[in-house]
Amino acid sequence: MKILRLVAVGWWLQLKNRSRSSFDGLLSILYPLFFATTIFFLYRQNGDEAALVSAAVGASLMGVWSAVSTSASTTLQGERRQGTLELLVAAPTPFSLVILPATVSMATIGLWSFIVTLLWGRFAFGIPISFDQPLVFVIAAVVMTFSLGLVGFLQAMASVRYRAAWALGTLFEFPVWLVCGFLVPLSSLPDWVTPIAYLLPPTWGVSAVRAAAFGGSPWRDIALCLATGAIYAAIGVALSRRLVDSARGNATLALT
Amino acid sequence: MTAALRIFFFGGITSYRALFHWLTPWILIPTFIVEPIFQVLFFAFVGRDAGVGDDSFYLIGNAVQFAAIPCLFAMGNTIGNERYTQTLGLLLASPARRLPLFLGRALPVIINGFCVSLVVLVLGALVLRVHIPAEAWVPIVGVLVVTSFSCTGLGLATAALALRVRETAVLSNIIIGILIVFCGVNVPLSALPAWMSTISYVLPLTHGIEAARDLAGGASWSAVTGLVATEALIGVVYAALGMAMLFALEVESRRHASLELA
Repeated sequence: MKILRLVAVGWWLQLKNRSRSSFDGLLSILYPLFFATTIFFLYRQNGDEAALVSAAVGASLMGVWSAVSTSASTTLQGERRQGTLELLVAAPTPFSLVILPATVSMATIGLWSFIVTLLWGRFAFGIPISFDQPLVFVIAAVVMTFSLGLVGFLQAMASVRYRAAWALGTLFEFPVWLVCGFLVPLSSLPDWVTPIAYLLPPTWGVSAVRAAAFGGSPWRDIALCLATGAIYAAIGVALSRRLVDSARGNATLALT
Repeated sequence: MTAALRIFFFGGITSYRALFHWLTPWILIPTFIVEPIFQVLFFAFVGRDAGVGDDSFYLIGNAVQFAAIPCLFAMGNTIGNERYTQTLGLLLASPARRLPLFLGRALPVIINGFCVSLVVLVLGALVLRVHIPAEAWVPIVGVLVVTSFSCTGLGLATAALALRVRETAVLSNIIIGILIVFCGVNVPLSALPAWMSTISYVLPLTHGIEAARDLAGGASWSAVTGLVATEALIGVVYAALGMAMLFALEVESRRHASLELA
């Protein structure tokens, strides 16, 4: 119970903190919107409305991953720059439980982009948006967001000893968009990509959201999205212990 | 004259080294090679899924666009990083002539943008098995150089704005986004609304991408000289605008003591 409260309070605090900058908020919406606009124009060319609607859902979800991929890698660098990383590591609370809410809050910010992109598609491009199971659609989107936050947590932990981790964070944006079926079905990609895609929570999240939007049963995909996300979180926790111990042992936490 | 050349070359290269002080091969390769290749692949596969365009269209559009990314970010950061390291005031208080000072910083960035663009084009062509005629490569290299220059012109204007705004990376991201949507990178200009394609003609990239696509499609250099000249002219106009803005905003920052407040 204490852990749940810590995570919930941390998430809310981080969410408020990240929502303070209107400039950053605008960027988190605008940047994915540029790609979504390109994609809307692209799919509109051949006049296939079903493909356009499907692309609208995929393009909207892309913003959630954008919100996590680069930001998560810079989480610890941000703490380091503010001089709070040592305090967080020294605190009696497990380090991972302090960072996890931060990355989940990043993904939550991405939900704004998701909503705005859907509305942009509806009102600027006239894309008819109607969902087969609206409530399940929302549940699937929330689960996917949470799961992406867990992936971001692993990313953040993996970058604890790298000062320029932000540069690597940007590396993951396009590969995940491509491999996880945000727009392109897995069947259109080379066969060897499929097993990799199955290991990534967004694959199941995108599939669940699509099933909820266009008919089908999303519950198996929702469960798999949560399960794979949980595995990433578990690896992140293990990594955090090892890397933080190593950083303490070698006095490399500050990376100065 | 000698002092101006020294500032141009040595100042430029020193600034470039300082800008990329964090760059090691294991960061350089993902940032300047792997990520761009994945962008090319992403749009090529999206194009296939949408049934629009061919791989060559997306390869050239995105490869040429990658001339813009280093040019915009690096130019913006040359000013932004000076503020971050608290040397901007010292730099602007120095008696160095501004023209070689800022243009010198642009030269390595143009070379950087050109190299990224070329590497992405070559690797993307290999991965996607896009055939570009052998005789087209040299003219395409010329187009990439001109496009890198024109994007750096726009980057100079961004760098000038960095005298007034703190978040240069955010600004560059927004400009990159505008270029991606407007300049025919992934969507032909004919598929854009008329007002968007009209704007695209005064932006860098548009004519460069069109010229590169024409060359890859078998056009001769003489057939694209108009496009290349227009791209170069746009670069000159943006560079002049950028320099004028740098002068004006420097004067204003002295008058209002706003250099460190931005």
